[in-house]
Amino acid sequence: MDWQGQKLAEELMQILLLVFGGVAFIAGYATSSFRTMMLIYSGVVLFTTMITVPNWPFFNRHPLKWLDPILAEKYPKPEMTTVTSKKKNNRLY
Amino acid sequence: MHSFGYRANALLTFAVTALAFICAIASFSDKFSNQNPSAEIQILNINRFKKQSHGNDEVSLTLDIAADLQSLFTWNTKQIFVFVAAEYETPKNSLNQVSLWDAIIPVKENAKFRIQISNKYRFIDQGHNLRGKEFNLTLHWHVMPKTGKMFADKIVMSGYSLPDAYR
Repeated sequence: MDWQGQKLAEELMQILLLVFGGVAFIAGYATSSFRTMMLIYSGVVLFTTMITVPNWPFFNRHPLKWLDPILAEKYPKPEMTTVTSKKKNNRLY
Repeated sequence: MHSFGYRANALLTFAVTALAFICAIASFSDKFSNQNPSAEIQILNINRFKKQSHGNDEVSLTLDIAADLQSLFTWNTKQIFVFVAAEYETPKNSLNQVSLWDAIIPVKENAKFRIQISNKYRFIDQGHNLRGKEFNLTLHWHVMPKTGKMFADKIVMSGYSLPDAYR
């Protein structure tokens, strides 16, 4: 899942749960049935899980564009220079 | 949101938090229901009124209990516990409560009822104060909601009295 897809998945999850949670409450209140509300809400949670948790293709429509490897060859890595400094056991008085 | 597990965790947390809010609102919505319960209790007969061998007064009586508690039921009500208590004053205690009958009402249809029954639990005074005693019969109820706080209320009916002599 790319960056845009992750943002979309999070927003989609929150909006779906809040909107349909409200729908579930209104439906339950209107029919005076707590059971109806809980059934609708659990259905909504399952549906939202199916939509936003798996890595669906529509979350991968903005792939990252990496730099061309050619460019890397143009600017080669600086060679590692081995610096060997000999420390003398000079005593300072 | 980069992995399956992370998304599943975020969704579950958000869903449960939203459910908690929904339940809180459901509990709050109970406040807008108007409740007008009514009750009437008659004493049909004093079956037995005696002093027990160790000195406590005991009464057995037949009650006619009629009540309409249907308005207490809302969509968020699980059940209602209802009980009838005899309440009276003695020199030692300013309030004595003796439970005589109780019931659990699980559905609204059963909340309007009328029954004639002798006391389910024994009406015994701690002493021998019951002769000629004026007492109240109180219908108490406890409403148990599906979510939210349990609450209780009562209807007090006064003007009952026991006979002046044992029988």
